Amino acid sequence: MLENYLPIVILAVIALVLAILLMTLSRVLGPFRPNKNKLSPYESGMDPVGEADERYSISFYLVAMAFIVFDIEVVFLYPWTVQYLDAGVGTLVSMIIFILELFVGLVYLIKKGMLDWDIDQFKL
Amino acid sequence: MEPVTSTSYIVLGVALFMLLNSAALAVYFERRIAAFIQNRVGPNRVGPLGLFQPLADVVKLLLKEDVTPTQGYRVIHTIAPVIPVFTALMTAAVIPFGEGLYVTDINTGVLYLLAITSLGVYGVTLAGWSSNSKYSLLGGLRAAAQMVSYELPLGMAIASCILFSQSLSVVDVANSQEFWWNIFRNPIGAVIFVVATFAEANRTPFDLVEAEQELVGGFHTEYSSMKFGMFFLAEYMHVMIGSMLITTFFFGSYHLPFAGYWLPEITGMWKVILDVSVFTAKTVFFAFVFIWVRWTIPRFKYNQVMKLGWKKMLPLSIANFMVLAVLIYAYYNFL
Repeated sequence: MLENYLPIVILAVIALVLAILLMTLSRVLGPFRPNKNKLSPYESGMDPVGEADERYSISFYLVAMAFIVFDIEVVFLYPWTVQYLDAGVGTLVSMIIFILELFVGLVYLIKKGMLDWDIDQFKL
Repeated sequence: MEPVTSTSYIVLGVALFMLLNSAALAVYFERRIAAFIQNRVGPNRVGPLGLFQPLADVVKLLLKEDVTPTQGYRVIHTIAPVIPVFTALMTAAVIPFGEGLYVTDINTGVLYLLAITSLGVYGVTLAGWSSNSKYSLLGGLRAAAQMVSYELPLGMAIASCILFSQSLSVVDVANSQEFWWNIFRNPIGAVIFVVATFAEANRTPFDLVEAEQELVGGFHTEYSSMKFGMFFLAEYMHVMIGSMLITTFFFGSYHLPFAGYWLPEITGMWKVILDVSVFTAKTVFFAFVFIWVRWTIPRFKYNQVMKLGWKKMLPLSIANFMVLAVLIYAYYNFL
């Protein structure tokens, strides 16, 4: 059972070592001649204006929140999918109800305009 | 579930080697095919037909200066490129390349695949955030929102495949397609899966993350040297992995179409050769489609991407899953 995961652990170690090795190689082989302009963030050749970590559009947060809800739905589906054929009609019906409820949630989100990325959202 | 044997470790070595090399070759073929589509010649100077071009690129990248912007978050900036390479390589662990030819067969294979592929978003987002550049930040944020949105239809499409295999082991998913490929039983799911894979790999028409006209280089604007090379490598590894997943879940994995009906029993070496060449042929074809689409279809606008993901693909994939679930339930219990 658990020993089937051993190759995955070995693969993880190889992948990590490979990735870190590639990065160290370029550090060792490449030149290192920093200057002020080279180290400043790129802004089309101008001096950068202000910091980059300002506030950004709320839509990104909304998508992330909606994602969590629906991702949980997907994760719920997996064990159900493997079992439901032998578990009787009640399992099927309850899953349909569960999905319909979340579907209503999705319709609500869309109707509320939470997922509208058009310019219209700024006219509210 | 079969126990791990020495075959596993041989497959592991070969798969790693092939994956890294196929990523390099994909870079070459991308440029070459792009050139032919645009009526150019493309790279043809380094080695025969320019085949050593990726090698030359790697050497060039290794010899470049590694710049970290002073105002950035140094540690995260350094860690970020490791993540996409790591996740791309890890995916290879559960994909069967032929009958009995897999690194490991775990009974949570599909969940493992989803978990690992969704980790890839961290690399892109952290890279964008830690660079402290406005272009990078916007690219990273877009990447996060886009990959997160398309993961849902992707997960639903995979769930509709599991309906047929009744198992979360990827090997069982592959074997359930011996008679009927999933694309014939579940065509809507296949379309959704292919589109979502394109979006997850950040490939055109969904490459908003690095839309040159708006965001310069997107999340890797502030990256140079091999750190940039690793993002590049990871992108092409994701193309190869995406092709493998499309093959595995919807195009019969290592089975020929309807093989169970007409293909006589083959054993030994010939079976291995047949399986691997069928799998490779399909994977190469889909990698070609990835490149072909990139140089044919223009990029979406960001609001269009989000609209497609949430208003069309997600409801469609949920409906597709439920209809299939009810039909299969009726088929098993009443027929």
